[in-house]
Amino acid sequence: MASKTDRTYLESHEWHKVEGDLVVIGISQHAVDELSDITFIEYAKESGSISAGDTFGEIESVKATSELYCGIDGEVVEVNNELVDSPQTVNDDPWDAGWMIKVKPSNPDQVKSLLSAEDYDAKS
Amino acid sequence: MQRTAFYKFHADRGAKFVDFAGWEMPISFGSVIDEHNQVREKGGLFDVSHMGRFKLTGRHVRRLLERVLTRYITDMADKSCRYALICNEQGGVMDDVILYKFPSHYMLVVNASNREKIFNHLHQVAKDENMIAKIEDQTESTAMVALQGPKVMEKIGEFSREVPTLKRYTFCEKNLLILKMTISRTGYTGEDGVEVIMGSMMAEKAIKLLVKESPNAEENVMGSVGLAARDTLRLEAAMPLYGHELSETIDPLSAGLQFAVNLNKDEMDRGETFIGQDALKTILADGIKQKRVGIKFDGKRTPRQDMAVTVDGNKVGFVTSGCLSPTLGYPIAMAYVDVAQSEIGTKLAVDLGNGKHIDGEVVALPFYKKS
Repeated sequence: MASKTDRTYLESHEWHKVEGDLVVIGISQHAVDELSDITFIEYAKESGSISAGDTFGEIESVKATSELYCGIDGEVVEVNNELVDSPQTVNDDPWDAGWMIKVKPSNPDQVKSLLSAEDYDAKS
Repeated sequence: MQRTAFYKFHADRGAKFVDFAGWEMPISFGSVIDEHNQVREKGGLFDVSHMGRFKLTGRHVRRLLERVLTRYITDMADKSCRYALICNEQGGVMDDVILYKFPSHYMLVVNASNREKIFNHLHQVAKDENMIAKIEDQTESTAMVALQGPKVMEKIGEFSREVPTLKRYTFCEKNLLILKMTISRTGYTGEDGVEVIMGSMMAEKAIKLLVKESPNAEENVMGSVGLAARDTLRLEAAMPLYGHELSETIDPLSAGLQFAVNLNKDEMDRGETFIGQDALKTILADGIKQKRVGIKFDGKRTPRQDMAVTVDGNKVGFVTSGCLSPTLGYPIAMAYVDVAQSEIGTKLAVDLGNGKHIDGEVVALPFYKKS
């Protein structure tokens, strides 16, 4: 299934979507399909500065434990704590209800430099 | 990569495949947790055709098996099965196996990853000790499925009245059309159920008749289950998996498998000294250093293979398998720990890396027992 074209991606499967002056980050359907049932999510921080390449949390599934990466510099302003209690939401709706963190970007154009949906799908 | 006779059957049901010991096997068909629960609540169909199946015949085959297997087998009744181990001279586990005793021959079911090794080992022992035995690898000419779950015997009863009367670890032979099937009351999930060996040519047809799948998915007792759920099911039931709880550097006594080891086999009627017996006697006399234990954890994180088990920050063992138990709702693991830390109730931790750990305590095995 083709990934959504309204956002950009990291090769490590995190999508980045611009919403107003924030960037929302989650993981792709492809990542979810690979991980299978997600059992645990933990955020590294709930606020404060973050840089491109930093991990913003850890995710566990029945198959593996993985780090979650942020693709941009900025400030974490919100995390989706509902996922902590029901990580299954990421399986059910990775593109929307399964969002993970919201970042106020230092440079609003930085997100455009990430992979397009087409380039991401070609790599994954 | 090799494919089993059920490859298309799985693909039609949405299987996601993975390479397992050179076989393209279904890892899951969607949600692993749903597959797991399906087996605990109703029934599941597992393709286990990748496991090695050897037919053993010949004048000295019984003696060869007594030499190679840790467990006494001479007293086996026809149409019964027995779990045993194959050890190296040092007492390390080369494989864990199930032996089927037919009136005219034996069948040995071995792990897929050890198939070639055990095949060669049997040949070597027979050759070195001048025993006449024919070992025929029937893995590819046959197929094998497991049907497991509380509703399975009732479902099979629609097809055969005899199968539900089988005792655990016995089997019968059934003819379905022109296909001969061996149906044993065995399994690897902690549930009741059977394992079925059949010729690979008509295997897909046979399984459709056996399961009588309804086009309405909700009416089906048996859902397809992949290797991932097979792993969480057997882990809850505390059954060892080769490459995790068992290896050539782990002995069966540390693994808690004394029931499958006859250390006095040479003194039994027509018994033999099995390979590894003397080493295991020494291990027992010197005292077992580490033991396989079950650990239950707080929280929701998953302990995984090779993570260190610690007490007060000191390493006392290592995890062999772990999961967030779908049935119990908390994380569980099997691990080897120093005997001093193996008592039930011992508090210990597992190191997740990055300075994080989860707290747990030793609990009795199995984690899950069917009601």
